[in-house]
Amino acid sequence: MSVAVTIEAIEKRFENFPALRGVSLDIQPGELVALLGPSGSGKTTLLRLIAGLEEADRGRVLFGDIDTRALSLRDRRIGFVFQQYALFKTMNVADNIAFGLRSRPREERPIASEISKRVKGLLELVQLPGLEKRYPSQLSGGQRQRVALARALAIEPRVLLLDEPFGALDAKVRKDLRAWLRELHGRVGHTTVFVTHDQEEALELADRVAILNAGKIEQVGSADDVYDHPATPFVCEFLGEVNKLPVKVVGSQAFFGDRPVLGGLSQNQGGPASLYVRPQHLRIVDETPLALPGTVEHLRRNGPLRRAEVAVEGLKKRLDVDLASQVAPAIGERVRLRITHGNLFAAA
Amino acid sequence: MSDATLPAATAPARRDGSRARGESRFVQFVLIAVSLAFLLLFLLLPLVTVFVEAAARGWEAYRAAITEPDAQAAIRLTLIVAAIAVPFNTVVGIAAAWAIAKFEFRGKNLLISLLDLPFSVSPVISGLVFVLLFGAQGYFGPWLQAHGVSIIFALPGLILATVFVTFPFVARELIPHMQSLGSADEEAALTLGASPWRVFFTITLPNVKWSLFYGILLCNARAMGEFGAVAVVSGKIRGETNTMPLHVEILYNEYMGPAAFAVASLLAGLALVTLVLKTLLEWHYGDAIAASRRH
Amino acid sequence: MTTTASFRWREPSILPGFGLAMGITVTALSLIVLIPLAGLFVKAASAGPADIWAVATSPRTLAALRLSFLGALFAALVNTVFGLILAWVLVRYDFPGRRLIDAAVDLPFALPTAVAGISLAAIYAPNGWVGSWLAPLAFRFTIPFTDVSIGFDGKVAYTPLGVMVALIFIGLPFVVRTVQPVLEELQSDVEEAAALLGANRLRTVFRVILPPVLPALLTGFVLAFARAVGEYGSVIFIAGNIPMVSEIAPLLIVIRLEQFDYAGAAVMATMMLLISFALILAVNLVQARARRRFGDV
Repeated sequence: MSVAVTIEAIEKRFENFPALRGVSLDIQPGELVALLGPSGSGKTTLLRLIAGLEEADRGRVLFGDIDTRALSLRDRRIGFVFQQYALFKTMNVADNIAFGLRSRPREERPIASEISKRVKGLLELVQLPGLEKRYPSQLSGGQRQRVALARALAIEPRVLLLDEPFGALDAKVRKDLRAWLRELHGRVGHTTVFVTHDQEEALELADRVAILNAGKIEQVGSADDVYDHPATPFVCEFLGEVNKLPVKVVGSQAFFGDRPVLGGLSQNQGGPASLYVRPQHLRIVDETPLALPGTVEHLRRNGPLRRAEVAVEGLKKRLDVDLASQVAPAIGERVRLRITHGNLFAAA
Repeated sequence: MSDATLPAATAPARRDGSRARGESRFVQFVLIAVSLAFLLLFLLLPLVTVFVEAAARGWEAYRAAITEPDAQAAIRLTLIVAAIAVPFNTVVGIAAAWAIAKFEFRGKNLLISLLDLPFSVSPVISGLVFVLLFGAQGYFGPWLQAHGVSIIFALPGLILATVFVTFPFVARELIPHMQSLGSADEEAALTLGASPWRVFFTITLPNVKWSLFYGILLCNARAMGEFGAVAVVSGKIRGETNTMPLHVEILYNEYMGPAAFAVASLLAGLALVTLVLKTLLEWHYGDAIAASRRH
Repeated sequence: MTTTASFRWREPSILPGFGLAMGITVTALSLIVLIPLAGLFVKAASAGPADIWAVATSPRTLAALRLSFLGALFAALVNTVFGLILAWVLVRYDFPGRRLIDAAVDLPFALPTAVAGISLAAIYAPNGWVGSWLAPLAFRFTIPFTDVSIGFDGKVAYTPLGVMVALIFIGLPFVVRTVQPVLEELQSDVEEAAALLGANRLRTVFRVILPPVLPALLTGFVLAFARAVGEYGSVIFIAGNIPMVSEIAPLLIVIRLEQFDYAGAAVMATMMLLISFALILAVNLVQARARRRFGDV
């Protein structure tokens, strides 16, 4: 049932706004891919293009080896879950789910008993058995989302597309549904693409994450890939917290001012660069040749971790340092920081 | 004119690039053509006819028709009736909106329904009720006659009937707008020590001035154009109890078509001015007025 | 100010002026609207059962009521169909002059009814702009094997058809203005969902888009209908006012009044009001039910 989706060099403008500027992406059959990016990055436009709700100015989308430009919306067989679910409020749950089947041309339409059997099965799949006669206004947000998903699955879609699937739900329901969706994907195995601006959601749920910025894909990769090996400064800053240090690369070492802070670099080209360091990759040490002296100015709680804000001479912004299980330093204490891992990008 | 883009913003559905919405060009063309034909036949044609017929006998005849004494008397009477009925309904409308929008009390929905009641009463019945009260054979007729007071077939009757039919206009524009604004501004001003009347005139009234004007505009148009209700109470005494619409009727029934259309063209002009002002208000102050359009 | 703990007439508020505003409102409402209307009902009731029955069942009364209600029904139906199309065109399509037309829809609200009346009469009179075109279109057709014949004798003015033309004119804005905001607020995603689920445009329109618009359409229909039932000024010029044929109920009330038959006028007026109020009440109940089930529109 699931097909590969190939996106080839898509360009799309709205009036004077370039929404997508040359986007290519290969999605494997049965893969679960997240499109992640800030608002305005083009992720929703890309999703709507795959669905056929928008037409590309240039480029094309293939399902397997079929060019989708030749397909009508019906023939694309897309399961689409809208952000606000787009349930038909004058139809009950069963009629909502059956809508796609009843919309088929007469000769392909299942008989009534078959339709109601399928509806029943789908409601069990989304764990809402017995709600056939309810109207959307009588359901909770989470229930509506599941009905929307059941309705999308009813047409046996080639590809399942979800637009901010958890965006309209509160935090608790969101977590539960996330785990449930992951598990459901494991069972039904549709090629699935979802859009989100929530990096935690993308990293937890997706096989691969495509990070979009200003109409371009910055990086595609597994959660570990994109988090540990960001390809661009944008990815690095977008995923989690990061400290930014202006450095100069000489040989295999990076210098902050005239102080070496990170060694063992394999970069060939020297010169000015930006060093991105996550708070958990800064460690307070006693003595090391590669260390950054600073003063603890503020301490705070960040979830399970404690965090110190360390002022470093020559740097406007304080560095965030995760304290893990160490004994906390006192405010005003002079400390030395060692960088255990960092990402280096040539200065723009 | 920073609000110039407002109507487009209130209708985001249009000009949407999505393929899934919208009909084929052919269907669009047919629907637009049907709409235009319908409007042409039922709206534009009657309006144009008024002016064409009014101009049929030339400028001199037109001028004569609207300056002859009976016509002048009718114009004067129409202005007098509107000048009394509209301010009355404005004051009552503001009072009703204040009570309904700013306070929570039992029976509020009933009160709103009762305020709207005149809209669902035939104009003829709106006049009839006053004839039953004050007419020669009405409840108070003999008493009024004995004291030499005439209401029916006189100015007071015309005013009463006009007030009745235009009763809801101001209130129904103000209530939704005032409700949507809430009472925070007034409460703030009161806690700062402003007197109640000062709060009303410096806070409340400026906040709702456009919807108030909108209501007054519609109220006035109806007051000047009302026919059925005043026809019943007027007695149609030329030069005395004939308003402009009644004068139009008399002229028309006496086969003085061009004169009838000449006077009618003044009323049609009033309607056009009303329509233009109303449209400008909707374009520029759509937010304030939109609430009332939605019932 | 007397208040008890268990029953409160109004919620306390620091805002002043409730007494004054309420006083003005209730006094004016009572004097202008409620007491006069009550007087009408009292007058009708005091006529005595025999008289009421005589007025209510006189052939002329029944003919007038039938014309007013059936004419209003027909006009409201026409307005519902064309009003929906018009609202759709105004909300969905972009074409030159759209905003002008949008504004023009309210013309029947603004144009005095007497003006509309003489104008329509002039247009549809046998020698009028439209009337002279219609005369040659006369036809009569007898349904085979029956005595029933249907047809159009080429005349609109001074016939029941003329009544309907006037009622269509004055009812036109109601449907457009109640449906338009609802169409504007429809979310686009349900249409997209329907298309992606494989529905063709016709199915999307009739199964997905129109059902949520139905309550507003019904409201517009009833408003147009209620207005048309009581309409007087725009009708009497074009109707010809032939008793039993093209005489509307409001005109018959005026005629009875001119004959100083106050009781007869009051009985007819009361009948009209009661029927109208019952209809409006029924529609409000339907609306409330729809809102409960489908959520607020």
